[in-house]
Amino acid sequence: MKEILSKITKDYLHRMVKEGKRIDDRDMLEYRDIEIKAGEIEPAEGSARVRLGDTDVYVGTKMEVGEPFPDTPNSGVLTTSAELIPMASPEYEAGPPGEDATELARVVDRGVREGDVVNTTELCIEEGEKVWVLFIDIHVLDYDGNLFDAAGMGVMAALLDSMVPASRFEEAEKEEDYPLPVDHVVVPATFTKIKDQILLDSQLEEEKIADARLTVSLNENDEIVAMQKGLRGVFDYESTKECIRKAKSICEQNRQKVLDAVGRENI
Amino acid sequence: MSENETKRELLLPGDKIEEEGLKPGKGTFKKDGNIYAAKLGVKTVRKGYVNVAAQSGRYEPSEGDRVIGTVTDIDSSYWTVDVNAPSPAILHVNDVPWRVDYGDTASYINVGDALLVKITDVDEQNKMQITIDDEGLRKLDVGQIIEIPPSQVPRVIGRGGSMISMLKKYTGCKIFVGQNGRIWIDGELEGQSIAVKAIKMIEENAQALGLTEAIEGFLKEKTGKDFDE
Amino acid sequence: MASDKDMKLIEDGTRLDGRDFDELRDISIKAGVLKRADGSAYLEWGKNKIMAAVYGPREMHPRHAQETTKAVVRARYNMAAFSVPDRKRPGPDRRSIEISKLVSEALEKVVFTEKYPRSVIDVFVEVLQASAGTRCGGLTAASVALADAGIPMSDLVASCASGKIEGQVVLDLGKNEDNYGQADVPVGYIPRTGEICLLQMDGNLTEEEYEEAMDMTIDACKEIYEIQKEALKEKYSTELEEANLDEVIKEA
Repeated sequence: MKEILSKITKDYLHRMVKEGKRIDDRDMLEYRDIEIKAGEIEPAEGSARVRLGDTDVYVGTKMEVGEPFPDTPNSGVLTTSAELIPMASPEYEAGPPGEDATELARVVDRGVREGDVVNTTELCIEEGEKVWVLFIDIHVLDYDGNLFDAAGMGVMAALLDSMVPASRFEEAEKEEDYPLPVDHVVVPATFTKIKDQILLDSQLEEEKIADARLTVSLNENDEIVAMQKGLRGVFDYESTKECIRKAKSICEQNRQKVLDAVGRENI
Repeated sequence: MSENETKRELLLPGDKIEEEGLKPGKGTFKKDGNIYAAKLGVKTVRKGYVNVAAQSGRYEPSEGDRVIGTVTDIDSSYWTVDVNAPSPAILHVNDVPWRVDYGDTASYINVGDALLVKITDVDEQNKMQITIDDEGLRKLDVGQIIEIPPSQVPRVIGRGGSMISMLKKYTGCKIFVGQNGRIWIDGELEGQSIAVKAIKMIEENAQALGLTEAIEGFLKEKTGKDFDE
Repeated sequence: MASDKDMKLIEDGTRLDGRDFDELRDISIKAGVLKRADGSAYLEWGKNKIMAAVYGPREMHPRHAQETTKAVVRARYNMAAFSVPDRKRPGPDRRSIEISKLVSEALEKVVFTEKYPRSVIDVFVEVLQASAGTRCGGLTAASVALADAGIPMSDLVASCASGKIEGQVVLDLGKNEDNYGQADVPVGYIPRTGEICLLQMDGNLTEEEYEEAMDMTIDACKEIYEIQKEALKEKYSTELEEANLDEVIKEA
């Protein structure tokens, strides 16, 4: 069921934003508290739980041996899914992933895929025959805004936490589990445009009055590997550049938080 | 509920209430001659009845309550209003202070409008009638609405309205606390923001001793005002 | 019940994880952990990690599912894809649909549904990490979430299973015991009245073994009931001292 935010609350939020203020006193480009815990889910190859304010997201990876796609015979297969389960919000309904869940999964997936985060060539066991299939599952338990960044950081931490379960699969032709080959650390920064203001990490009420959203995913070399403009509003060209510039220092901090969560200094 | 009451016994669903000669009231049930708590809450005794005052949960509408609602749907002769209850309330064109022609409802009240209304009837099917045609009731055009658990409403109002008048005095805001846990606040942005923070503090520490003094201290600090001098 | 006997489950009179025959795994419950839900509880039971949340009573959609004289208790049991060694495909399957139905029915027994005609009380159980006994864990957590949501109830439901391994009746089967044992009897129990609101059994038991298993389960449910109540008291009985309030004010 769609929740209706009253007009006066919307007006109030607009007035606040116009004056450069946020309901929880944050600066425009400030995140809520970020808590990342890796490795909490034993049956998963790798896992992470991210709490971004009251947003609460679990990510887990699972791997199995399967066939490669015909056009990439020496490359492992990667799939990302997201479930916006009705536990997380009164607005979510049970059933197959809708368009919001699909967009979330695809935006996060694009950062991982295009950022060459996982070395998929190393996930090939036998060219054209056997490769590792990597499933990334995003499970949202509490939705209080900005799922993109919570899920993006969670996926990155879960990948860094993942062990290839070679010992469980005879076809793997290796006896011991080994860390998933990860080459890059990519995290997103999601900006929300409300009227003429651009703010980072919007919480639920801010998302409800957002005109447009821009997600920028950067790797450790500050290269842009994925972007997504969402919602019906627009950005002018200059502000997209500004978002990218700002994303650099923001993503650097969040990459560090992800690395800290898995106990690594760098990739 | 007195703030100086130090011992507040928490009851859980199914807990037996040992009270001689009392009748089972709200939030209780009777079975085999015994009275049990039907809800998580605090025991209160009033006029020969033992009640369990809920400490959580949705708003339970009752006739005469003044609440804040949001219009969610509109029809030719009535509006559907969400008042945070298990089912939506119906506001009929006869219950507004204007003469509304059939099919002309949208010219007066629209989806997304916030209303201060009174509950006039709750039937056995949980269907609710509300009115906006009474003193003090109206459409809310400015300000903001926040939500607290309905069980905390008495705390925000305070004994004899002491807490709410203090909030109004220090922040200079108009504040109305709906029985359904929705609170309307209007005034300068700065004052609103302080009022919201103070209400959050009350919500989070509702059972604390010396709450009124603590909130007053907070208000003095934030607003720089002091009415004691 | 798989009855592969190739796994030794009892050695020198103790179970694989060192438990006595009538000993529960460690259980911890925390009430009120989610923001959006009306009530919630997080439970760890052995290696199980389960979240339960309640929304409602709220308007029932679809309309045709409304009951004119009472609220419907609608539980949805779901396992996260990564909660088990072999990835669970997202979405309901026959097992989860059945468990959802049984949990709905078990909880409906203790909820005063007649107070909310045409409404629904939604109960969501999400298994994040599964290690035998998730339906019992889910039902136990869901009861706490219902109480946290302020739903009127006649009691909480406590739930636990017993079973048989290597001819021995034992309480609260662990993962291997569940996979390689001979019987499993999950039970939902209403402590105040002693009624049984969930009962399943698969495997092979004599009448005497059934009674032994049930006696163990009922004792364990009473223990679990105390843990449930503690979780709720922990959240609601906290009477802050004035000193703490000062700290709160400073933070603000």
